[in-house]
Amino acid sequence: MTRSLNRLALGLLVLMVALMVQLTRIQVLQRAELNSMPGNQRTLLTEYSRERGPILVDRAPIAESVSTDDDLQYLREYAAGPMFASATGFYSIVYGATGLEKAENPVLSGEDPRLFVDRMQQLFGGRQIKGGAVTTTLDAAAQRAAWDGLKGKVGSVVAIEPSTGRILAQVQSPSFDPNGLSSHNSKEVNAYYRSLEDDEDKPLLNRPIAKTNPPGSTFKVVTAAAALESGRFEPDSILPGPQTYTLPGSSVELPNWTGTECGPDGRVTLAEALAISCNTAFAWLGNELGADALRDQAEKFGFEESFETPLRAATSRFPADPDPAQTAMSAIGQFDVRATTLQMAMVSAAIGNGGVTMRPGIVDQTAAPDLKPLETFRPRDFAQAMSPQNAAKLTAMLVGVVNGGTGSNAKIPGVEVAGKTGTAETAKNRPAIAWFISFAPASNPRVAVAVAVENAGVSEVSGNQLAAPIARAVMQAVLSG
Amino acid sequence: MSVPVIAGHAQSVQSSQPTRRNTELALLVAVWLVGALALVLASEGAAGEVVADVQTIVLIEGACLLGIHLVVRRLAPYADPIMLPAAAALNVLGIAMIGRLDLADAKRAAARGADIPESVAVQQSIWLAVGVVACAIVLIVVRDHRNLRRYTYLVGLAGLVLLLLPMVPGLGLTIRGANLWIAIGPFTFQPAEISKVLLTIFFASYLVLTRESLSLIRHKFLGLGVPRGRDLGPILVAWAIAMGIVVFQRDLGTAAMFFGLFVGLLYVATGRRSWIVLGLLLTLVGAVGSYLAFSHVQIRVKVWLDPFAYSDTEGYQIVQALYGFASGGMMGTGWGAGYPQLVPFAESDFIFAALGEEIGLVGGFAVIVLMAILIQRALRTAHASRDPFGTLLVSGYAIVLGLQSFIVLGGVTKLIPHTGLTTPFMSAGGSSLLANWIILGLLLRVSDHVRRPDPVIHRPEDSTTEVVHVS
Repeated sequence: MTRSLNRLALGLLVLMVALMVQLTRIQVLQRAELNSMPGNQRTLLTEYSRERGPILVDRAPIAESVSTDDDLQYLREYAAGPMFASATGFYSIVYGATGLEKAENPVLSGEDPRLFVDRMQQLFGGRQIKGGAVTTTLDAAAQRAAWDGLKGKVGSVVAIEPSTGRILAQVQSPSFDPNGLSSHNSKEVNAYYRSLEDDEDKPLLNRPIAKTNPPGSTFKVVTAAAALESGRFEPDSILPGPQTYTLPGSSVELPNWTGTECGPDGRVTLAEALAISCNTAFAWLGNELGADALRDQAEKFGFEESFETPLRAATSRFPADPDPAQTAMSAIGQFDVRATTLQMAMVSAAIGNGGVTMRPGIVDQTAAPDLKPLETFRPRDFAQAMSPQNAAKLTAMLVGVVNGGTGSNAKIPGVEVAGKTGTAETAKNRPAIAWFISFAPASNPRVAVAVAVENAGVSEVSGNQLAAPIARAVMQAVLSG
Repeated sequence: MSVPVIAGHAQSVQSSQPTRRNTELALLVAVWLVGALALVLASEGAAGEVVADVQTIVLIEGACLLGIHLVVRRLAPYADPIMLPAAAALNVLGIAMIGRLDLADAKRAAARGADIPESVAVQQSIWLAVGVVACAIVLIVVRDHRNLRRYTYLVGLAGLVLLLLPMVPGLGLTIRGANLWIAIGPFTFQPAEISKVLLTIFFASYLVLTRESLSLIRHKFLGLGVPRGRDLGPILVAWAIAMGIVVFQRDLGTAAMFFGLFVGLLYVATGRRSWIVLGLLLTLVGAVGSYLAFSHVQIRVKVWLDPFAYSDTEGYQIVQALYGFASGGMMGTGWGAGYPQLVPFAESDFIFAALGEEIGLVGGFAVIVLMAILIQRALRTAHASRDPFGTLLVSGYAIVLGLQSFIVLGGVTKLIPHTGLTTPFMSAGGSSLLANWIILGLLLRVSDHVRRPDPVIHRPEDSTTEVVHVS
């Protein structure tokens, strides 16, 4: 029986080895796949059993976890939820996470590899595993000013510190209350989410960074920058500014918003054309410079690039291969030019920053649960968009827009403000988008702002009427802080 | 079998065999400490404190392990020193996990405002005590395992009756679709567990008698000897009984275990591979036939192939188990830090999933290795046994432990379709624990017999004087 016993021993051993192989498959090889299966409550329960780290503005939490006595041990609470929703996003058992809750999840949840040692210490110390903290670059006063300014409107505001690229304000309107989505009552969460989805003003859309709009006349700043950078034009160069501009290759007449000529005899300086937002002069200028020069200039400000702040922003676009008529329309920010509010704030900031475009960022610092910093914001150049000399010339021109042109509502007593209005048509008879971009103080700016109000009227004055006051309030909030 | 007899004698005469009882004691102390540590960690992890039951359980475990060690020291001093600690390790690990699940139940009940349910872990440690006593009784009563052969047919009949008992109307109890239990008053009992002890004795004894004839070969087919037609009777009867279990008790696991036991022993006894081939063919026929005929078999197979498609219904349990294993990963979540309570019946059929979640792949391997050690020590005993009955009996228990572990752990890990069986020495449940401790008692008894040095034998040729045989 020796031989058959040996065989039996081998057979039973094979069975045990098969079990070990299978166990390795499910516990090691298929682990990630099983853990990420929809409907796996364990992943969720583990996540909620930890105290998730807070998201801070000026050391005050705008999102924090508080302990509860239900199965999910911690509830995410948002102080002033809707005001900061564009930055925080939400953290939901039903719909997952968005915004910083998603982008900084490794730190907030404590899963970040850099937190490994902390995690081990907590585990062996028998303490609950905690997540790390994320401090934003947001300025509470600027955020509030933007939030108050957008009240009752559909639109968005982004404010940037020009020298660093730090995002000081990022507000959407309408917004949502992330508390309604972080509730542990999934029925309530579902109902609230559905009501948000059904809202035609799309409160879940992160307008400041995720929605692109035609930038309208604010894009003339980019065209003016290209003109100065070409070396062929100076602020006092004379441009033709007739009552209408016939789009090349067609019989379509592009009018000025005033309906009149831009200067005596239809001739106007570049600075004056910008100050009064002369369409015909900029349309002509666009074809003088050519689409490639416009696109190059736009790209140096950040168009055609996707930025992660770490929130992923939509890519702003300049049309690929426009004909002369389309180039003329693109030069005044129409046709297929599309920009996020963040992008136009970057244009404004770069000019104020001596022509250097900075990469935008919204995270000031991430820290371990014991508040030891993990990573601190570091300003990073994106491109030299203009020479410092040309940036100074353009700044002076933009000061002229506010002091003697279309942007009068952005004036701040005692502070020189540079700005540009815009009104973009999206379609005939649809409400236009009122824009305002600005920075202040003009000589050494501490803040650059872009405001887009989407349900505006159809007149060029709406940029000044609707958007400029919001920009002014945001700038004032930063400057007085 | 004639060769080992001489070898055994030659070996045993020369010196006194070490008993290695102190090795066993040291291992048992280690097992007890590991079990106590596991319970403390589990309690600390799940409740944030060491609950009162922990002390009770640790004391009961200590008393049981010390008690059985003393019994073995006295009644089976030459027994294998590894088997008892291996089985005990499985048992205390199981109790620690059951205790941890108790705390989850208590928490859930408290949250609902319901009464705190009785501790299953304390019950299980009492069952451990009952098992240990049964093991001791086996060692006391069965002084020589060969005596069991006197009752071959009685034992066989008892085993069969126990196996079929749940089918008796009014006595049988259907739990979770399987008709495996009997209810007597408030007690429920799984007679198949005791039946496997008895039927192994019967099979071993029966095959000692018939193995000569069963190993006769008349024809050869494809290089395999084909058994004679009249020798096919026993295997067909065993197969028919297994099919009866599938049909009437709706339990594939028990059927597979019994049939596998019979075929395995047939192979060990005869050394003929043809019996294995025939057994596999019959298993295939049985499997395909029952798949075609019974919806409960079809569901098991469908759930096995794609459990996630049935994750809210029949596949819920296995899907939760897989999630548990995955969340445990290599090192486990740590005692009390996982959610094994999400798997229904985590304390019985799915205890391995609960352990895999909280002590990880490392812990799972430890459990499988302990089982493999127990099986290999049994087979070693079978190897060394000087009488064929001892060899077959011990191999039979090795097969039972091996197959049962494979069927239940394979089912829990989705290696094979899941069928309800208990994890030997680990799952909550009295009948299973009792049966396995009786098996351990018999294993210890045979291994003691195998390793025991023979008393000095007066062989005729050694005698200086003529021996007169009177009787």
